[in-house]
Order: sequence, then C-alpha cells, then structure tokens
Amino acid sequence: MTYWVRFVAEDSSAQSAVQLLMAFRVSSSRDPMKKFVIALTLAGVAVLAAYSETGYSRFNQPLSKDQEILHALNRLTFGPRPGDVEAVRKMGLKKWINQQLHPERIAENPEVAARLRPLESLQMSAAEIATKYPPPQVLRAMSQGLLPLPADPEARQQAELQMQRLRARRAAKEDEDVKAKVQGKGGDRLQQAMRQQVVSVADPVERRKLIADKAPQQALPYDLNEAKLYRAVYSNRQLEEQMADFWFNHFNVYIDKGADRILTSTYERDAIRPHVFGKFRDLLEGTAESPAMLFYLDNWQSISPDTTPVRRFAKQKAKQARGLNENYARELMELHTLGVDGGYTQHDIIEVARCFTGWTISQPNRGGEFIYNDRVHDKGEKTVLGIKIPAGGGRADAEKVLDILARHSATARFISTKLAKKFVADDPPPALIDRMVKTFHDTDGDIRAVMSTMLDSKEFFSEGAFQAKIKTPLELVVSAVRASDAQVDFAIPLSMQIAQLGEPLYRKIEPTGYSSANSEWVNSAALLARMNFAHALADNRVPGSKVDVTKFADDPAVVARQVLFHEASQQTLESIKKALAQREPTPALVAGLVLGSPDFQRR
Amino acid sequence: MATRRLFLKSAALGMFGVGTAPAWLSRALYAADAPSPRKKILVAIFQRGAVDGLNVVVPFGEKQYYSLRPNLAIPKPDRTENSAIDLDGFFGLHPALAPLKPIYDSGHMAVVHAVGSPDPTRSHFDAQDYMESGTPGRKATSDGWLNRALPSQKDSSPVRAVSLGATLPRAMRGQNEAVAIANLNDFQIRDTRGAGTFESMYENSLDQVLNGAGRETFEAVKLMQSIQKQPYAPDNGVQYPNSPLGQDLMQIARLIKSNVGLEVAFAEMRGWDTHVNEVGARPTVGQLANLLGQFGSALAAFYQDLGDRMADVSVVTMSEFGRTARENGSRGTDHGHANAMFAFGGGIRGGKVYGQWPGLEPEQLYEQRDLQLTTDFRDVLGELVVRHLGNARVASVFPGYEQPKFRGLVG
Repeated sequence: MTYWVRFVAEDSSAQSAVQLLMAFRVSSSRDPMKKFVIALTLAGVAVLAAYSETGYSRFNQPLSKDQEILHALNRLTFGPRPGDVEAVRKMGLKKWINQQLHPERIAENPEVAARLRPLESLQMSAAEIATKYPPPQVLRAMSQGLLPLPADPEARQQAELQMQRLRARRAAKEDEDVKAKVQGKGGDRLQQAMRQQVVSVADPVERRKLIADKAPQQALPYDLNEAKLYRAVYSNRQLEEQMADFWFNHFNVYIDKGADRILTSTYERDAIRPHVFGKFRDLLEGTAESPAMLFYLDNWQSISPDTTPVRRFAKQKAKQARGLNENYARELMELHTLGVDGGYTQHDIIEVARCFTGWTISQPNRGGEFIYNDRVHDKGEKTVLGIKIPAGGGRADAEKVLDILARHSATARFISTKLAKKFVADDPPPALIDRMVKTFHDTDGDIRAVMSTMLDSKEFFSEGAFQAKIKTPLELVVSAVRASDAQVDFAIPLSMQIAQLGEPLYRKIEPTGYSSANSEWVNSAALLARMNFAHALADNRVPGSKVDVTKFADDPAVVARQVLFHEASQQTLESIKKALAQREPTPALVAGLVLGSPDFQRR
Repeated sequence: MATRRLFLKSAALGMFGVGTAPAWLSRALYAADAPSPRKKILVAIFQRGAVDGLNVVVPFGEKQYYSLRPNLAIPKPDRTENSAIDLDGFFGLHPALAPLKPIYDSGHMAVVHAVGSPDPTRSHFDAQDYMESGTPGRKATSDGWLNRALPSQKDSSPVRAVSLGATLPRAMRGQNEAVAIANLNDFQIRDTRGAGTFESMYENSLDQVLNGAGRETFEAVKLMQSIQKQPYAPDNGVQYPNSPLGQDLMQIARLIKSNVGLEVAFAEMRGWDTHVNEVGARPTVGQLANLLGQFGSALAAFYQDLGDRMADVSVVTMSEFGRTARENGSRGTDHGHANAMFAFGGGIRGGKVYGQWPGLEPEQLYEQRDLQLTTDFRDVLGELVVRHLGNARVASVFPGYEQPKFRGLVG
C-alpha cells in the first residue's frame, strides 16, 4: 500500500481513489514484485477503516508481511536496492534484522573496500594527518622556524611545497586575494561544473592525489564525504551505517572549526563507529575524551579560575579564556545525555564544567592527543545533580560525572525517544518509549538491546510508522542511487547535492546536529532541489554516478514499482501519464519523475 | 515603473487563470496601487566572521584609539581619502564607506556603536548562532528571530520571507514559510519536461505535508517566473557591484519592486575575520578596505535603486562580535566583544551615531581587551520589529528579553 492511503480518509474522494487504485492493478502478472505490491495495496485498503481512530491507536494497526519487509528495508537501510525485498523475504525478516544488529556477522560488499582504498587519511592517526595535511597555522609556524619540519621525507617534501604555495599566495596582491574570496560564491558555477565533469572521469587514485596536491586540507573532508557515501550506498551492513550517522549526528562536531579539520576523521573512526551498537557509557566516554569534541565545544581551554599561570606561557594564556568554559558541560547535559528538560540547573552546568577542567588536548593543530592536565584542574568539592563529588578526585571527577549522566533516567528516556523519532515516527507512542527506557536501564545502556526492543515492537511494524518519515537529504540522495542501482565511482557530486538539499555532511555548525523531523526537510527551495536532483540523476547528469536507464521500462507504473518497491499513488501516476501523452516517453524521463515524486520523499 | 508593475501583475495573475488567483496574490499585486498601506520590509544583512567595528566607525575623538592601534588606526578626518569621514566630530566612517556618507547626510542612515550580543563567547559559530536565534546563551532555541518577527496573518505570500543563498539560514527558520533562493533565475524546475508534471503531482498529492509545501513551492516558482521573464534594469541608472552581496541585494530589490509580498529578507557577506593584514600600507588598501568597499557600494546601490520605495524598507546590518581594541602582531585584530551596526531606510531617524560610548581606557575595556557593550543588539532589532514591521509581540520574537530598550531609531 502507499502512504497516501493514510490521508484519503479525510478526503471525500477516498472511495473513488481506492477504486481507481484497485482498477489500476487489475492487470496482474507473475512478477513477484508486482504480487508483493498488490498485497501491500490490499492490506492498505483494510487499514482505511481504522483510520478514524485518533492518538496513538494507529501504532496498534499491524502491517501485512510484505509491508513489514518494505518498512524494515526503508528504515534500517538507506533504501532498498533491486532484489533486496526478495532477499529479505527469502532469509526471513526476523533473521535479517538480527543480522543487521550484528554487522560483524555480515560479509561486507567488496565494492566498499575497493572504493575506500585511495582515501588514505581514513587509516591515519590524527598526528599523521597533521603532518601530511598540515593546517595553515602549522605551515606558517614551520615557515617561521617555530616548528620543526616533519622527519618523514615525503611529508617534509609535501610541507615544503605547501609552504611555498602559502608564501606565493601571500605575495600575491591582497586585492586579488580578497576579490577571489568574495567572488568565489556562485560566480564560476559553470567552470566548477566542468571541473567536476573532468575530475569525475579521472582514475580514483589519480583524482585523490590531485586533490591532496592542490589543496591538502581539502583532502580530509574529501575522504570523509567519499567514505560516508560509498558505505551508505554499497555496504551490506546498512543498519550499522545508519547508526554511525545517527551517533555522529548526536555527538556532532563541525569539521570547519579550526583543528577539527584534522581531528574529525579519527573521531568518527575511533570514538563513534566502534560503539554504535555498544554501551552508551562507552560512546559517551569516547566522545568526552576525543580531541575533536574537546576542541569543538572548547573544553580544552577550560581551566580552573584558580590556576596559577606558568610564566613561560603567561602571554599565551592571556589570549585564551582565563577560566571556566561552560560550553561542553552545557551541551553534555542538554544534547548528549539528559535533554534540555532533563532537570539540571545552571549550577549543575558550572559544577560539571569544574569536574572537566584539565580535560584537554596537547597541541590540537598537530593532531595532539587527549591529556589530563592536573595543574589546571579544579580540585575542590563539587555537587552534580545532588550527588557529592569529593575534593581531590582529579581526573576521576569527570569520570564520575559521565557515570551519573549515562545512568540517569532522563538520559535513558532522552536517548530512547531520539532513537524512536529517527526510526519509528516524529511523535512516537509513549508506551514504546517506556519499554525502550526499561531495556536501557536493565542492560546498563546497551544500545543493541534498546534497538532490539524497538525493532521487536508492534509499534515499529504498525500503520502509525509505515511511510511516516520524510527522507533526510542524505537518505533521499542515497536511496535514489540505490533504487536506481546507479554505479558510483566519485561521490563528491552526490555530497554536493546533499548539501544543496540542506544537509552538508560534517558541516553542521551547531552542536544540535541535524533534526530528523519531517518539518526540517520540507521547504520550497529543498523540494525544488529534490526534483532537480531526480532528473539529473536519471539523466546521468550527476558526475560520478552512472544509471543504466535501459533497466527501466517506459511504462510509469512499472518504473514506479522498480524504484518505489510499491505502487505509486494514483495522483503521481496520472500526472506522469498526462505528461507522457504529450511527448516521447523515455525511461530516463519516467525514472526522474518517479524519483522526484512525493511518493519517493517518504520512507 | 507603472508599466512594469502592470505587466508583472497581469503576468502573475495569468499564471493562475481567471478567478483562481489566491487572495494573498491579488492583495500583494494590487497593494502598490491600493490606498491601503504597503507592507513594510525588513532586510537583515549578516557580516560573518566578526567585522572590526572600531575601524568601520572610527572613534577618532578617542586618543586611546590611536595608542592601541599604532599600525591599524584610521587617521583623523583631513578630507583626504586616507582618513576617516567625519560623522559628528567624534566618530568617522572608514574611507571605503564613502558611498554611504550621502545616505547618512540625508538623515536616513543611523549608526549604533558599542552594540552586540551580551554573551561573552568569542566563538564565531556560537555567536552567530546566538545572534540568529535571537537568544544569546541559549542553544536549544530551534527557530530564528527573523522568522518569528513575521507578523501573523492568513493568506500570506509564499515569498514573504526570502533568504539569498542555498540553505535557509538559522535566522530565517521556523514556523512561518521562508524560502531560500540562491538565484531568482534558478528558482525553477530546470528540466522543462518535468516542470508541469511535478507541479501536478504535488498539487494533487493526498500527502498533506508534501502537498502543502509543494503548493507553496510552485506558487513561489510562478511568481519567480513572472519576475524571471523581465530582464532587470535597476532604477536611477544604478549599477550593482559584481560582488555576491551586490548581486544578492539586487535580487532583493527586484523582489521588492515586483510587489510579490516580500516582508523580510536576509543576505550575508563572509570574510570579515581579519586576523592578519587587516590594514595595508594605507587605510584604503588591505583586507578591511576591500571588504568595506564591496559592502558600502552594494548597500548604496540598493538604496539608490529603490529610490522612493525605501520609504517602506529598513536595512539593518550585524556581525557576531567585534574585534580586540588593541591590534595584534600581524597587522590584524583578534576576536572581541561589542561592535557597530548600521540601519538605514525611509523610516530611520538617521544622521546620528546612537549608543553610549564606553571609552577605550584600560579600565573601560571588556575583560581588559575589547570594546564594552552598552547596547544589546536586540534593542536595535526589537525596535525595527515593533516600529517598522508593526509586530508588537516582541517578547515572542526575543524570548527571555521581554523589554528591549528602544533607542528611537525608527520614527
């Protein structure tokens, strides 16, 4: 059944709409996909009768077996590929979900490793990254002799080259420098498009080298964006990728904030990805002591106001914040654990900030590691959420805070609700949240167990959840690529599309991360951009992605089934048919129209 | 002028067919001729990166200014192009802002000094976020002040709130419909084969969310088409500079003159983070002079292009924080605190520098380094919201700041 069935009950034409839909489906076939689609539709009609009920009752309305499969694929993956529905049916839905919850048991698609291979920064330590892709501040310091050149000959050569470029740039007329900076936006769009076309046909290894040579700092977001999209498109461990996206976004950092340029790769790899199905406490610890987060939320500069300055650094210190910085403490409670209504006060923020003094980074711009600096730590007694933390605890003060927060009931509820909003519906039923909260408590915050509770629930497989979410830009773009079975050998143009739809990857400035709420993603400019992307992808106008349009029929109903994995709404089909009556139908045009339809915006 | 208006009117109405034009459209289109007052329009411009207010509106009457900035200070007005342009005997404009002086002299441009966000943060991203949400110190605010500033009304235009750029900035987000437009001419379905089909899909869709947004989108697209058909010729022989801000302001002017129901607009200019080479060998060269040259010429072009229409329009500029009072070791300045804002338009009581001057003596500086704040930026924006846009509910536009202190900018 299609999502619109939920809405027709309010429409006087509901009956005729259903009849039309039924009539449309009379021509049956042996195609199993088609049978699947018909079954979905029939189940949908039955649900109509129950629609008048209000509140959360629709979360008690079960789905058909076929709907369940489509729903699970829509929610746990970045959208079904051709053949996925059949594969899940063959394996059994329960078994498939269980497998997705244990990604290590799934053989990975070799396409992923092949595409990730040239993205060398993903394998490096932050210090190696800082050496090989030095930030401008480090280059400046090296050229002024304040920092030694890298010992590794290749890195040294690279640094020397970059220093030369830096000097050349500075020697260039300031006028032109500023002009270029100011006029960069939009001015040379055509040139940019042409460059993209040229770059997209280059060999991936050569292309990566080109980027690293021209603009080494760009290589880091390049690697991250490419990897994220290749994994989303090609990985067999789809739920793991969805979870990695969820948790990175929950513990958001912004790649363009200073040293975070060189700290984000290891952050995602070491602090987030290993724990996406693990204990929440481990995830919290990983982020709390990650240089990326310490830098992003300024905790690395937070020191006890009583700290006596070391004479040698006195001048430097004066430039920095002289005392407590509450930024991380506030976001830790508001965004990472308790939630804004989690019952903490401004006093708690200050106390938590005091506990975290001394959690800092050695030389962030050189990819420095987390260090605990006892000298700047506030050594007095603290009280956090009514719990006394005795004086003299040192580094353990903050560990105690993480214990308190990770095990707090507000945290269990905040995290469970956020997961349910992402995977079930914008307004998830409280009864489901209650059960997830209980699991969170019973298992000491075991994320896999909380997810299991959610995925075992009747609410997850209910009418209330089915097609209830609008795809985020990332989901929209990747699901279109997967549905059309496009081959992606250069993912940056896709990432630029996602940015145009409003979700620049790794570039959410605010620590809130992106919202998964439907309202966030439905606005005029974004909708137009979605429709334009659909045409561009189907017409093979997105560089780096190749759609084999010969796979598509030119009968819109058939294409819709190929791409949506269910029947398109009558309105969408009628609109496409009307358009095709006036012109030569081509598979690319039909596919583009279906990918840009309202039907494809939901999952 | 009259002919173009008539043309736009018939073109826009024609898109909808006889008798089917939405109420807001006919209202918007006829408003220009109708005796009822035209909509007031507020244009907000964000200078991202923290502009150095002390070199934009130069306190040349302050001795301390010259001792804090031996290499960066703009000389006292001496009527040459390498000195400040005198405003009131104490403050002067940076010489690159010469195009704005006639507006100031005409009494339609006001300066507010020592103004900004009371939050102590010196982080660009936090401070921008606070200034756009309108709630300094509070990160959980989900929408922006400019969206909340829209007076509530039924049947509003789909382009009542427009930001120039690919995504909707924080200041524009919220309950009210707001459109991000990178370029008026690009705001369309690029593939003509699909345009009508998508429109029919979304307009007929039974999906209430997408149907609603789709309708608004295609209504806005139609309005843009009526505008896109006409090549734009600015009035009064104005030539907009070919800078992003110049082009953005030209598009805003185009929207305003098309009478399509615009009420608030947002544009931004980047690159103000002048840690190095802020001032070159002379005050008229260097990063800041270049940026201000672009900034001033774009604003002046906008003002001249709109001509009499400025009676309905107020423009306000802001930046997340100011810069250190003392210059640093690389001919630049670091992150500071209070700053300067401009407001201009027909309804602005200009020709004056507003705000209490806190002084630059060591004990007068904020944390011994920055210009002290004496005016909250919400006092300025709040007054524009209430007295210019006519939205009296200022407490919901700036939650937690119930009683902004109006400075008498709008009269």
